[in-house]
Amino acid sequence: MTTKRTSFKFRGGTFHALVVKPETPIDAWLTDIDKLLARSHGFFTGKSVVIDVSDLPLSKDAFLGLLDELSKRDIRILGVEGADPSCIDGRIPSLTRGKTAEPKQEAAPEIATSAPAPASSFLIDAPVRSGQQIIHPHGDVTVIGSVASGAEIVAAGSVHVYGALRGRVLAGAYGNERARIFCRKLQAELMAIDGHYVMADDIEPHLREACIQAWLAKDGLEITTMD
Amino acid sequence: MAHVLVVTSGKGGVGKTTSTAALGAALARGGERVAVVDFDVGLRNLDLLMGAERRVVYDLIHVVQGTAKLTQALIRDKRIDSLFLLAASQTRDKDSLTEDGVERVIRELRPFFDWVICDSPAGIERGASLAMRYADAAIVVANPEVSSVRDSDRIIGLLDSTTAKARHGEPMDKFLLLTRYDPIRAERGEMLGVEDVLDILCIPLLGIIPESREVLNASNMGTPVTLSNPESAPARAYDDVARRLKGESVPLVVPRDKSGLFNKLFGRRAA
Repeated sequence: MTTKRTSFKFRGGTFHALVVKPETPIDAWLTDIDKLLARSHGFFTGKSVVIDVSDLPLSKDAFLGLLDELSKRDIRILGVEGADPSCIDGRIPSLTRGKTAEPKQEAAPEIATSAPAPASSFLIDAPVRSGQQIIHPHGDVTVIGSVASGAEIVAAGSVHVYGALRGRVLAGAYGNERARIFCRKLQAELMAIDGHYVMADDIEPHLREACIQAWLAKDGLEITTMD
Repeated sequence: MAHVLVVTSGKGGVGKTTSTAALGAALARGGERVAVVDFDVGLRNLDLLMGAERRVVYDLIHVVQGTAKLTQALIRDKRIDSLFLLAASQTRDKDSLTEDGVERVIRELRPFFDWVICDSPAGIERGASLAMRYADAAIVVANPEVSSVRDSDRIIGLLDSTTAKARHGEPMDKFLLLTRYDPIRAERGEMLGVEDVLDILCIPLLGIIPESREVLNASNMGTPVTLSNPESAPARAYDDVARRLKGESVPLVVPRDKSGLFNKLFGRRAA
């Protein structure tokens, strides 16, 4: 029914990394690391390492020195957690701890799609105006009203629009292929589920202005009327 | 105490300044005390449309910065005693407006007038933001075409989030003024219809001003259209809007073909 153009996929993701928490005094801690490496040469080889310095009062120089020491030992640092912003010099991304629970929902097929707790859904009781952006990383978004051209809704779960959808909707934007999009009147500029998107021009004429739902089928976004 | 209105649109050239002048004059002619305030600092126009460009000594920026008193800066209209203009500065830019200064000017204007009408600059930057900040209600001016309507939608979003009222959690009243409505093009389907615009913007319709040469003539003369030719179609439409603002119930008609005959009663009630 729909064209399936997916030249790019952008999505959020949660990955496992080894979090290393240095302790003071740093010199003694590095000596311990050396001992560890002496016992097991390849301990850090091929591992994504995040260093957690949240409890360490490090100056910028001390912090950068620590990074140098680690790289001398071939420990590749993916990111740093809890660093003072003044210490970050662009060499290494600063990470904030995300929730790891979200993607687990996909792995639990026995839970019905309606199961996500009602507290995680977000209700907007007004039109979403051009230029407004609604981002809800924890569940469904329901709009009672229209979503204007130039407005954008980004949700981890499904998006329900009880009005005309004229803007952009990204459902399942944090990795959820079971998310859906529902609207009373389809005039969207863009709809995406889990990174698979369709533009306005990709939408078949008979679906425009219709009351529809969209979901992710094997070969892309599927749209059907609900009248 | 005055009702403070902001006339705003997002997009330029849709008729904010024309509407400010016309509504200010229409209200004042009905005996109301009215101040029209030009917030378009750096690109002032309202003084020209009011025919007061040669009488500007002090302007809004002087009052905001405290170098002139409000009474020195307010210019009384030569035609209507109860109509005043607070002009914008042409030599400064919008960064000269301060939030505190604007709040103080609006607060000082309130006791002396029934209506304070703030003419917003186009755009969504500082000037437009400060023009709407301390208003009680907004007149959103739009032309029946998609870019204007989308910009107006953007402005409505800002009215609901950045104004002082919104920040206090109070609802901001917003009314739509549809300007430059061309009945012939509308009937040919070359413009958005009234229903289409209302469907997108979802705010009450305050009035429809037909496209007319009278508006251009009035601008060139430096006279608000409601004074230059009170019997013309746009002037009568603005008069109706002024009466609706005062709370009167005036039926709203969509201008029809045949040189602006107001003969089709529009099913929707005015705000």
